[in-house]
Amino acid sequence: MFSFIIRRIGTILLTMLCLTLVVFFLVNLEPNLKKLAISQTEMHTSAEQLESWLVNHGYRQNFFVRYGQWLGVVPKQPITDPATGKTTQRFSFCNDPVVPTFSGVIEGDFGCSTKFKTTVGAKLFPALGATGILMLCVLGVMVPVSLLVGILAGMREGSRTDRVLSVASIASTATPEYVSGVIFTVIFASWLGWLNGSAASASQGITFYNFTLPVITLAIYGIGYIARMTRASMVEVMTQQYIRTARLKGLSFGNVVVKHALRNALIAPFTVIMLQFPWLLTGVVIVEVMFRYQGFGYTLVEAAGNNDIDLLLGCSLVSVFIVLITQLISDVGYAFLNPRIRVQ
Amino acid sequence: MQAQYISASAIILEVLWRFWPVWLALAIVMGASFIYKKKLALYGQLFDSGVGIAGVFICLFWLFTAIFASTISPFDPLGQIPIMKDTLPGAIEPQSGLVYLFGGDKLARDVFSRMVYGSQIVLIIAPAATGFALMVGITLGLPAGYYGGKIDSILSFLANLVLAFPVILLFYLLVTPGIMDTPIPYALAGVFFLFPIIFFCVLFWTRYKNRPDRIYILLGLTLIVGGWIYLGLVFDRDPLKIVHIDPNQLNIFVAVVFASSPGVFRIVRGLTMDIKTRDYVAAAQTRGESPWYIMLWEILPNARGPLIVDACLRIGYTTILLGTLGYFGLGLAPESPDWGTAIKDASRLLRSFIHPALPPTIALMSFVLGLNLLADSLREQSMKD
Repeated sequence: MFSFIIRRIGTILLTMLCLTLVVFFLVNLEPNLKKLAISQTEMHTSAEQLESWLVNHGYRQNFFVRYGQWLGVVPKQPITDPATGKTTQRFSFCNDPVVPTFSGVIEGDFGCSTKFKTTVGAKLFPALGATGILMLCVLGVMVPVSLLVGILAGMREGSRTDRVLSVASIASTATPEYVSGVIFTVIFASWLGWLNGSAASASQGITFYNFTLPVITLAIYGIGYIARMTRASMVEVMTQQYIRTARLKGLSFGNVVVKHALRNALIAPFTVIMLQFPWLLTGVVIVEVMFRYQGFGYTLVEAAGNNDIDLLLGCSLVSVFIVLITQLISDVGYAFLNPRIRVQ
Repeated sequence: MQAQYISASAIILEVLWRFWPVWLALAIVMGASFIYKKKLALYGQLFDSGVGIAGVFICLFWLFTAIFASTISPFDPLGQIPIMKDTLPGAIEPQSGLVYLFGGDKLARDVFSRMVYGSQIVLIIAPAATGFALMVGITLGLPAGYYGGKIDSILSFLANLVLAFPVILLFYLLVTPGIMDTPIPYALAGVFFLFPIIFFCVLFWTRYKNRPDRIYILLGLTLIVGGWIYLGLVFDRDPLKIVHIDPNQLNIFVAVVFASSPGVFRIVRGLTMDIKTRDYVAAAQTRGESPWYIMLWEILPNARGPLIVDACLRIGYTTILLGTLGYFGLGLAPESPDWGTAIKDASRLLRSFIHPALPPTIALMSFVLGLNLLADSLREQSMKD
């Protein structure tokens, strides 16, 4: 088990290395660098000035040297004035070094955000915190509701409750966040006026009024999927011999469901919930943009829209890490919960 | 001048009347399927359950809407009639006397016509992209599952690499205006669009290699048709000027195929690993059939059930992806009538007007719902066998 986890962590690190290399390649394509130079210099700069800005800020060094600098295995160079030989900081707003230093991801320096004029760490981690709160609320709504729906539907397969709940779950998986967000805003904010259609004020203080819409919008897409998986697992458990034995022994139906079926039926949904995180990440981006909540998704969109290289790399590193680590947790947790399956 | 309005019930009647070619086609197809359902195998069995009928109905409804879009919609989806700006549903356009059934949007275009034309974009790109993703996934998944070992480890690692990308980040990187100046989308398209040609060539070669009368016709046909479409799509050099795709649509297409083929790969790989232990595969191996014959003519036909179900779900998911692209304004032209772009435009103005937002949201939701219902009932029917 221990060596399995070590091997998986090795694969995760390799995957992260490959993915950041791909992202690094894509954000450093010529049109993207041009866009960055134009947004960072004043209006109407000539082509030569754009080029000299790129050279000055080190964007014209060898691709692998720059990737190494970002990673922290090659020293970062300050700007050197060719005439005087004096060195200045690359980006003054980030406290970049004036002497060549190893300062990359491995050393804990995620680089410098050109859009927000601050270090990536200072921008990214508060945003992650804000998204973490949103995610917690979403999981708090999504998991109990979907498990309840799945269990009620799977308890008696083919009954009217089952059919109604199944169609409802299919409908909820057919509703992406940007659709349910619009519909909920129309109903609850425009018609009824109960809730706020914007979560911009949630960064000052979260209230029921400004935070409910983002949470239910994000939860509804996942609920259907998890509920269907729970139902399938519940249906399978209910046909097992030990359930029949318990029923024949004279236990009440409710007792059998709660004491015998539930525990075995909840193993599969655990994996599904864990694997739901990558989907939630996309949903977070949509919901945060839609409701103007300043979290991780909002940061990612701003970084991508302005080709903010270091911030975008930081964002991809975080999201890839979340995806891979939840996969690992789901594998390990599954083996932990289900003694019949042990990792070889 | 104040616009004249028709009543709510008149709007509903007019909308129903507008869709008359769809109802006619639906009645013919559904009626025929109902009568001959005994002979139609899996498709016929769909008509045994309410869920299946609903799924077929919704999917066909949008299919026919896309086909007859020019007859159904009263206005040009891009045409602006300034007097109709932000009008509520049911406003009468004074010049032609026709009605803006679902009102006008902020650029004074007819919301109803845009919704109808939006179905065309979705129904062309989503199934086609899913088809290509299936080809790529099958062609790579079969050898990975069948041979195992090194091929499997490398391909699985690559698939997991793509799957570890959050979709939205992938789109932001692959679908930007700048990337069309680089050869990347064309290179990716060149690779992806090669897979169907390879697939069909190998498919025919393994089956008919000892029958010269068939093999040359089939291979020639594949190469000519495939090569023709390939030239048109990838290089935009179709000699007959029929096959043509805009660079930004090609970009979207490639990104969607790229994002969804690893999913197909994983399913095909899993199914192949399961099926290759069966007796009929062992029998074919003993007969001395070539590995690719076994993969394509023994394993693939027996994996079709789960693949059909997955394809249905995947078309729905691709529709959602296209909507996401539209919602973030990536790839598609800003005035494009597709549902995602329409939702984006309308959702920014929800505080003042809600009517432009509802038609595209309900359209997108109902189409994906139809596909999901179809997939669900297909799964149930194939489990019965």
